[in-house]
Amino acid sequence: MKWSLILELARALMFARGKQTIVAAIGVTFSITMFISLLGFMNGLNTLLDGLVINRTPHIRFYNQIKPNPNQPLDISDEFGTGINVIRSIKPSNSRLAIYNSDPILETLTQDSRVKGVSAKIASQVFYNVGNIDLTGVVNGIDPEKETELFAFQDYVTVGNPADLLQTNSIILGKGAADRMLADIGDVIQVTTAKGNKAQLKVVGYYQSGLAEFDNTNSFASINTVQKMMGEPSSYLTDIQVKLHDFNQAPAFAREYRDIFEIEADDIQTVNAQFETGSSIRTLISYAVGITLLVVSGFGIYNILNMMIYEKLDTIAILKAIGFNSSDVKRIFITIALSIGIIGGAFGLLMGYLACLGIERIPFETEALPTVKTYPVDFNIKYYLTGGIFSLVTTYLAGFFPARKASSVDPVDIIRGK
Amino acid sequence: MTKTNLPVLQAKNIDKFFYNPIETQVLKKVSFTINKGEFVSVVGKSGCGKSTLLYILSTMDTDYQGELLIDEQVISGQSSNYLSRLRNEKIGFVFQFHYLLNEFSVLENVLIPGLKLGKFSREELEHRALEKLKIFDMQEHALKKANQLSGGQKQRVAIARALINDPVLIMGDEPTGNLDKKNADIVFNIFKELATEFHQTILIVTHDPEFAEGTDRIIEMEDGRVIRQ
Repeated sequence: MKWSLILELARALMFARGKQTIVAAIGVTFSITMFISLLGFMNGLNTLLDGLVINRTPHIRFYNQIKPNPNQPLDISDEFGTGINVIRSIKPSNSRLAIYNSDPILETLTQDSRVKGVSAKIASQVFYNVGNIDLTGVVNGIDPEKETELFAFQDYVTVGNPADLLQTNSIILGKGAADRMLADIGDVIQVTTAKGNKAQLKVVGYYQSGLAEFDNTNSFASINTVQKMMGEPSSYLTDIQVKLHDFNQAPAFAREYRDIFEIEADDIQTVNAQFETGSSIRTLISYAVGITLLVVSGFGIYNILNMMIYEKLDTIAILKAIGFNSSDVKRIFITIALSIGIIGGAFGLLMGYLACLGIERIPFETEALPTVKTYPVDFNIKYYLTGGIFSLVTTYLAGFFPARKASSVDPVDIIRGK
Repeated sequence: MTKTNLPVLQAKNIDKFFYNPIETQVLKKVSFTINKGEFVSVVGKSGCGKSTLLYILSTMDTDYQGELLIDEQVISGQSSNYLSRLRNEKIGFVFQFHYLLNEFSVLENVLIPGLKLGKFSREELEHRALEKLKIFDMQEHALKKANQLSGGQKQRVAIARALINDPVLIMGDEPTGNLDKKNADIVFNIFKELATEFHQTILIVTHDPEFAEGTDRIIEMEDGRVIRQ
């Protein structure tokens, strides 16, 4: 059977019921448009929210934890090696927060081919001295260049420039902390470390992460400044942050080096498991809504085809009388349904894309997200493919049952019935 | 005039029952043969079963007992796809109501069975369709939509459509039943011309006695039986 004839007949039938056909196609267009814009918007938002945490979180963080030594002398001693030893009231020994042998560790990590970058950090508990009141806080000693390169540090510096930290005794204050201290750019503030050292630091910028609690306490200075402030040598580091090329290797990588360096190593998956869950549930909901829209438009097509078949019983009967068989008739109606799906779907994909472009231009300014000026949209081709495939599948199914009904029309009944 | 005794259509002991609302036998042992080139009419009173017979002969109704041969091939019990192809290739239909496809032009209406058969290219078929339309003086209407024609014109187009695949047999179900006297005469003359000039085998069901008188042979039915042929 020649497809050109099937197509010609399908086209003629569609033009004969032009308005309904257009309404059905608009139904598909609308649902695909919504599907695309919904998924694009939802996933744009997902990426943004995940990025909020994941982009600036190291894939692996090495640090020293103060805890009782698991290898107590009693256990090592030969004399008491055979029995079960019970020791009460163990206290952490005189260990320190700093990482031992930080230089060789940094070197080893830098040379590992899986590693994208390594950035060292010092977290220092301080008091911000405001008049006669002390506010607790944390000054993070960082390498501003690496921090910018690996963890998008500059995105969160709303005022000032991360490079200004390279001057000694300068500080970028958390926005919340700065507001509480009424500290403007160029002001000098005083901090007191846990050991009682006092330091005068010049405010060169504000930092705003979007997590208010974090911004109320955390400030940033260069590693040198913090080491000097604390009176520690230049090998003093409390955290080593690693970013990998492949984020999924983090747990294995952490396990491997935890044993080699004998320090704590946290990987991002373990620390931020809940973000993955949140994203996947949001994606699931947007797919469910999108598919519901498509199914509804599928019912529209089903109705219109049924009506068309009822109105065109004569045509179907005559086609059968002049030699079209049941499968030809079925193909004609499936072709109509698929044409509606293809045309409606193609317009829907286009409109969805335009809608996404539109959403991307809507201003979206919030205190919590300093770098975001408009709504985020994800333009992943995956959603367009899914939308296209779903529009074909639903229209095919919507056409299948009416087509089967049309193919079973008995021409004798129709022709005699006149 | 070369009327051979080559049978085009043979009906052997055809029985047909209707079961709704009660079992009634509408055709009782109907048997006859139509040879190539014959112009035959089936007449009878309303309800005598002549239309029912026509739909069985046309292969559209397959629910009967007995044996049916078209072009010396047994048709009874064949698959519906086989029958569709057979209708397309060997039988031309003319119905009481013209039954053209209103979505298409006159030319396309004539073309469609030819395109379905796929024996000729579209260009060739268009040429053939125009020739058929020319026989009936309809060529200047070729590009009009089917619903822009008068009843008589539509019936002429329907006959042209029936002829497009050069069928062995043309069947008509009261082809003049819905037409006025003038148009009925035109349509009759067309059939007559086809029979005499082109030796086309034609089987027409009618209750117009005047029409029947003009045919070569009359099969008369009464109460589900052939009473005269």
